[in-house]
Amino acid sequence: MHTTLAGLNLANPTMLASGIMGYTAESFLQVAKGGAGAIVTKSVGTQPRTGYANPIVVQTKAGLINAVGLPNPGIDIFTEEIKYTKTLLHIPLIVSIFGYSAEDYATAAKKAANAGADAVELNVSCPHVKQTGAEIGQSPKLLAEVTQQVKAAINKPLIVKLSPNVTDLGVLAQAAVEAGADALTAINTLRAIAIDSETQQPILSNIKGGMSGPAIKPVALRCVYDLSQIVDVPIIGCGGITTWQDAVEFFLAGASAIQIGTAVADNMAVFSTITKGVESYLRQKHYKNVEEIVGLAHRK
Amino acid sequence: MLTENNTMRITQIVNIHTESPSVKTYTFVDKLCSTARPGQFLMLWIPGIDEIPLSIMGTTNDLVSVAVKAVGDATRHLHNLEAGATIGVRGPFGTSFTENTGRVLLIGGGTGIAPLLFLAKRLQPKATHLAFVEGAKTKTELLFVSELGGVCQEQNLITTTDDGTAGLQCLVTQPLANLLDKESFDMVYTCGPERMVKKIFDLAEQHKLPLEASLERLMRCGIGLCGSCMLGKYRVCRDGPVFTSTQLREVKDELGISKIGFDGSRIPI
Repeated sequence: MHTTLAGLNLANPTMLASGIMGYTAESFLQVAKGGAGAIVTKSVGTQPRTGYANPIVVQTKAGLINAVGLPNPGIDIFTEEIKYTKTLLHIPLIVSIFGYSAEDYATAAKKAANAGADAVELNVSCPHVKQTGAEIGQSPKLLAEVTQQVKAAINKPLIVKLSPNVTDLGVLAQAAVEAGADALTAINTLRAIAIDSETQQPILSNIKGGMSGPAIKPVALRCVYDLSQIVDVPIIGCGGITTWQDAVEFFLAGASAIQIGTAVADNMAVFSTITKGVESYLRQKHYKNVEEIVGLAHRK
Repeated sequence: MLTENNTMRITQIVNIHTESPSVKTYTFVDKLCSTARPGQFLMLWIPGIDEIPLSIMGTTNDLVSVAVKAVGDATRHLHNLEAGATIGVRGPFGTSFTENTGRVLLIGGGTGIAPLLFLAKRLQPKATHLAFVEGAKTKTELLFVSELGGVCQEQNLITTTDDGTAGLQCLVTQPLANLLDKESFDMVYTCGPERMVKKIFDLAEQHKLPLEASLERLMRCGIGLCGSCMLGKYRVCRDGPVFTSTQLREVKDELGISKIGFDGSRIPI
């Protein structure tokens, strides 16, 4: 089920979402073996970070809330892992970058691209140093600034992963595309909290976290549906995708590819399972490729 | 991904027992974890402090026990708690030891003894011969000696201490070479620090003996998502913590040599 996306050649349109496994070449190889068409690494910044104390994940009825705190070795150490990975991996490696300023993003992205990353995905769900509390992905101005500077720093495909924690996702998407994003990933996790009634306190050490899993799938699907009417760049659907039916729904809503995160815990082969399911769906409905069904839910 | 095991249950500590100057065992009610098999682990939440992975050391009816050594902030805090204190539990997680019915040898150090004691109790009625080698720094840190003596008969229990205050004065791995030369075994089980496991793995390999080892790594999510506990291609929390010789051979370049640190970089063990 070969497809292309923003210049990337994908054996199939399933990718590992950022934040899952994703530190070492060996873990990327396992995901590739599970059938992924591409891999997005955990988010890497300019400096090492140890992340938050446990608990970093808590399960709710329909999903997980996580606040891992972006642990990462820093781009300078991670470039070695990128180089090593590129000698072993035969699918595109997309490096996720986070930062606290446009300069941070551009610096880390440039180093990742130079080390051999096939594309860069921006994680913009982190606070901006100069505007405490506000996520970069919540301000069209900051988002455009970050996207522009990264775009100028690399000549690899640039994907912006949108935060859903905004009033109007369309405005942010347009800002990212106008600033040079070659594709958009929708969506990152939804801000959430879990409180234990017995001890009467929040469970996550960071108090709040991001919700993923089946609970957010309808929200993510709606975001993709809306965005596909607003922007012309390809959209990568992400949020609670667990089955091939979920994947098909995202294609119909307008996604050209999908990312899988939470569902990987149970089944590393979820990528192959979903790809096979989508293939058989396409065959039954007499479509030649996945491109033919992208956005079909918009037909009047 | 959404399992009953991974839902946090709030429970109270019903009993705390001091095992050594640095180790206490904690018993609490948890139906799910009381179904655990030897080798599996749970995540224990100390509200407002931390959540830590612990090997399950025993189950009776709905009760579950874990052994905790005071080594860091979280475990020291746990040591200050009293019976009745509220904790959170999720699990059981991971793989377990197989139960060999032949001649078996269990070897471990520190709180690694806890899951091996659990296993030894299960093996006792099944195995034709059960030998146990336990090591510690000093006599007062040798855990569960009388219980182990009861499970495997005194003459089959070898103890070692670094300072010679009890048993043989040597590392726990030292009597192993001798024992493996002298006697035949069908399976070796181990749990403890990774460098010790590595030595035991090497010895078992030399003697062409199958081994099952329970490993400990930095664990955050406990469910195979965060990547903190990667050992080569394996997630220790999900594909382990119990690994077979065949699996350990695949990761021998990392076993006892390097692990993933808090910041995701590879660090020496």
